[in-house]
Amino acid sequence: MRPPSPSIPEKEFLFASLKESLRLDGRLPMELRAPILTFGDDLGWVECSLGKTRVLAQVEGKMVKPLPERPFEGMITIHSEISPMASSEYEPGRPSDEEVTITRMLDKVLKRSDAVDKESLCILAGQRVWHIRLTLHFLSDAGNMLDCACLAGMVALKHFRRPDVEVVGDEVTVHEPTERAPIPLAIHHTPFCFTFAFFPDPATPPIIDPTQLEQRLSAGLLTIALNAQRELCVLQKLGGVPLDTDEVLKIVNIAVQKAKELNSIVDARLQEDWSGRKVEVR
Amino acid sequence: MQGSRVEILNEGGFRSDGRKQYELRDMTIDLAQQGQADGSVVVTHGLTQVMVSVFGPREAKMRSQTIHDRANINVEVNVAAFSTGDRRKRARGDKRILELAATIKSTFEPVVQTNLYPRSQIDVFVQVLQQDGGLLQACVNATTLALVNAGIPLLDFVCAVTGGVHSTSPLLDLTLLEENDLPNVTVAVMPKTGKVTLVTMETRLHVDRFEEIFRLAGEAGKIIHGEMKNAVRSRTTALVTAMGSAPRVGGGDTADKDGDDRMNEY
Repeated sequence: MRPPSPSIPEKEFLFASLKESLRLDGRLPMELRAPILTFGDDLGWVECSLGKTRVLAQVEGKMVKPLPERPFEGMITIHSEISPMASSEYEPGRPSDEEVTITRMLDKVLKRSDAVDKESLCILAGQRVWHIRLTLHFLSDAGNMLDCACLAGMVALKHFRRPDVEVVGDEVTVHEPTERAPIPLAIHHTPFCFTFAFFPDPATPPIIDPTQLEQRLSAGLLTIALNAQRELCVLQKLGGVPLDTDEVLKIVNIAVQKAKELNSIVDARLQEDWSGRKVEVR
Repeated sequence: MQGSRVEILNEGGFRSDGRKQYELRDMTIDLAQQGQADGSVVVTHGLTQVMVSVFGPREAKMRSQTIHDRANINVEVNVAAFSTGDRRKRARGDKRILELAATIKSTFEPVVQTNLYPRSQIDVFVQVLQQDGGLLQACVNATTLALVNAGIPLLDFVCAVTGGVHSTSPLLDLTLLEENDLPNVTVAVMPKTGKVTLVTMETRLHVDRFEEIFRLAGEAGKIIHGEMKNAVRSRTTALVTAMGSAPRVGGGDTADKDGDDRMNEY
């Protein structure tokens, strides 16, 4: 069910205030909503919220037979179907345009960018590998679900610990978490996703992390996924208002700055949660 | 089964298909009419071949998708099973193909003057016949030409080029072999203003390397624009001459004072 388009007074008010660099929720144009990360009891259960947008990510692993053409690599699958719980505009079954975009972006950011080392997931070559399954539940859509989902997914992968496995010859023994401390996944780098919205009037500055109204009224979106080491993982500008090369590069530099900040926030939160858990060595 | 590793760029500066670093592949544009389409084109970039047919603006088939003040652009992409090296049938709801269609749609929505045709529909059917890298590039270029061929008013051409970086040397217009190995980016520009309308990059690349290849690809788009303009111009000249509306050479016919067109003897 397509939601009604924003009214003309809403549109004009938004454009007029954005021209003066004022956003409706009081943020600066280049200010992110503060991400709030909540960890569950299970390792690999994270709820991420950016303002009112909330996404839940859960990671679980099980041992399976590897693909015949890749006997040394584990498998990572991402499940992210948007249910009408997020917003009434999403219908179960037929993926809307936005859902396809989000699913593909998550695939590119989390899988194609090789964030997690797949070869480290191998237990016994050709016979047993770990299959890591990341499930994302979109709880609420208040704009920019993509960034929230990428953050939740990445933090969940960093938070997850898989059981320790011992291989002697051809025998594989899985140790319970109570016997041996579970091990974290081997993560090469941590990509963060940032979405910028552009508006039809060229005098309006671009904004980061748009809310739902800003997203709907924008004339173009630019999504950048990069890590704190200044490496771009994904850059996507699918149509919308044409931009100069210099403008795009300026946005990339802003994203580099934000990635560093977000990285330190995430690390601090993970550290805080880990110190709260009891890991005894007997 | 990997044979001997093919060198992407050898010491002589030649790539695996014999091109130099900044050389673009051979581009052919065939604007002949296909079926009942209002506009159609077959574009090849080297070995990548894409056919696009455009219907419209016409009455909307899907009433629910009509917009009250603009035309709705509907893009459908079909990748032939024989287009790649090994025959592979793609499922209808394949996310990659849906993404390609959504990308083409959002690229052309601000370019096509849709406000001239409210409550109508413009159908763009993309058929991929051969794939050898640069699929999005070929689809975007072909769609531009098909829309121009259909006479649908556009703000400007949209010209797309792929670029990649091999260690520190940038390359343009990548083949499948190069695309699989190197970080690559597809850039589409509108030549009149030089502004960038589409950028996609799916592989890891350092920010500094990215700046270099991004600027280069923007420049290369202008070369593609030259080719497209020539093709459109020659096709239009051919049609206009055949219709007999071409300006007459040699002083004009004074025999017909009313100014009526004389029948051409073929």
